[in-house]
Amino acid sequence: MANQETILTVENLGVKFDNNEVLKGLNFFVQKGDVLAIVGPNGAGKSVLFRALLGLVPYSGKIYWSPKLKVGYVPQKFNIDKDLPLSVEEFLKFKEKNLDKIIGVLKSVGITDEHHIEHHVLKQRIGWLSGGQIQRILIAWSILDNPDVLLFDEPTAGIDVGGEETIYNLLKKLKNERGFTIILISHDLNIVYKYANNVICVNKEMVCYGEPSTVLDPASLAKLYGGEASFYKHEHNN
Amino acid sequence: MAVKQVSINMNIITSPLFLQLLVGILIGLGAGYLGSFMIMKRMSLVGDVISHVALPGIAIAIILEINPFFGAFTALFLAIVGIWFLERRTELSSETLVGIFFALSLALGILITPEPELLEALFGDITKIRPIDALITFALTAIVLFTMFRIYRELTISIISKQLAQSMGINVSKISFLFLLLVAAIVAIGLKVTGVFLMGALVIVPAAAAKNISIGLTRFTKLAALFGGISALGGILFANYFNLHPGPIVVLASGVIFLLTLLFRK
Repeated sequence: MANQETILTVENLGVKFDNNEVLKGLNFFVQKGDVLAIVGPNGAGKSVLFRALLGLVPYSGKIYWSPKLKVGYVPQKFNIDKDLPLSVEEFLKFKEKNLDKIIGVLKSVGITDEHHIEHHVLKQRIGWLSGGQIQRILIAWSILDNPDVLLFDEPTAGIDVGGEETIYNLLKKLKNERGFTIILISHDLNIVYKYANNVICVNKEMVCYGEPSTVLDPASLAKLYGGEASFYKHEHNN
Repeated sequence: MAVKQVSINMNIITSPLFLQLLVGILIGLGAGYLGSFMIMKRMSLVGDVISHVALPGIAIAIILEINPFFGAFTALFLAIVGIWFLERRTELSSETLVGIFFALSLALGILITPEPELLEALFGDITKIRPIDALITFALTAIVLFTMFRIYRELTISIISKQLAQSMGINVSKISFLFLLLVAAIVAIGLKVTGVFLMGALVIVPAAAAKNISIGLTRFTKLAALFGGISALGGILFANYFNLHPGPIVVLASGVIFLLTLLFRK
């Protein structure tokens, strides 16, 4: 692990909105090929951390990305109206005009049947797809321009349990195939144990940082989630 | 022979009906096209009633003896700045505030518009169109469509997800402001056709009809523009033939198209 290339270093990161401290004193680094999970309760500043990493909000401290790194991003908030007149093809073509490339990417996110892609996916209204399918389309969107790093904000929000597992397996597969580095926000500690090699617990400050099996101990979970800790611990023991 | 031909053509071009149709169709096209994005932005109500805001502006322009278009545009501009601020401050829809504020400005406008001009301001009168109006309409519609051509990709991505748009370096609030500005411009020039009461309907109804029978964005936006244009064409011809007031007929024509599209709903 030690000889891997560090692609992101964050030093003493802080974010304030109207004098309200949302994040403070975050220190961590990410190496090429890592899967880093960010966990924390609602309103802990996880999404804000992403926005800071993307340079979308003003911050204090330092964020160093390796030069020439391409970052793909899948936002949490993707409120597609069921009746929004936008086909999957039109959506993906906003990013990539080449249809062959689009079909190739759809295949790598698990929509493999070419006939199905052309007749039932591309021409379909994006809002008519299921939550899991929309997620695949978004992942396809984010990998269309071959990024080095993928940022996923709650990749499985709004997807049923079976679908969640599939999405994470897909992420794992893509990571292995394409050598991505993945930074993801998750509320599900099971997923963190299973897929991440590093975890940061955030609740305004950094509560823990390291390998999931060592740092997600009862004490830091209690600090992270307060009274809910026993519930969370119980959940991952199942 | 050639000279005669040209003079006939000139007569057609400056004939009142031709001017009405030209202006009406251009405004129908522009309003319908912009309306499709208003609907995607879930701003149907705003689109529908934004024209009401123009009335106090028209009234003040008449009182100050300046061109009512500028009064209307100024009032609409202030309204879109207000909506834009609301959009930036909250993620929630601002329907209630819009409903209240726009109705109040209509009431105020009715009160202060001088009596002789009131009817025309409320319902429009395309029969009073002059060649210069046609020229202004042509230029503005061209600017609106050209600008939309440049920004529709950014605008659509912003509508789908603000975060996604920002991560791609799109200035969401600038694009939104520019779009609303175009809506204000189309509504301001369209007031001549349908008046303060009904111009908003010409923004929303053709687009709502197009949405009924479209799966994708390209078809949706193009049909919205087409339906706007057809509504104006059909409405003005019908009104001209039966000697009726064109404004309401144009809006009713768009209503007929809407009802027809319901039959083929996707």
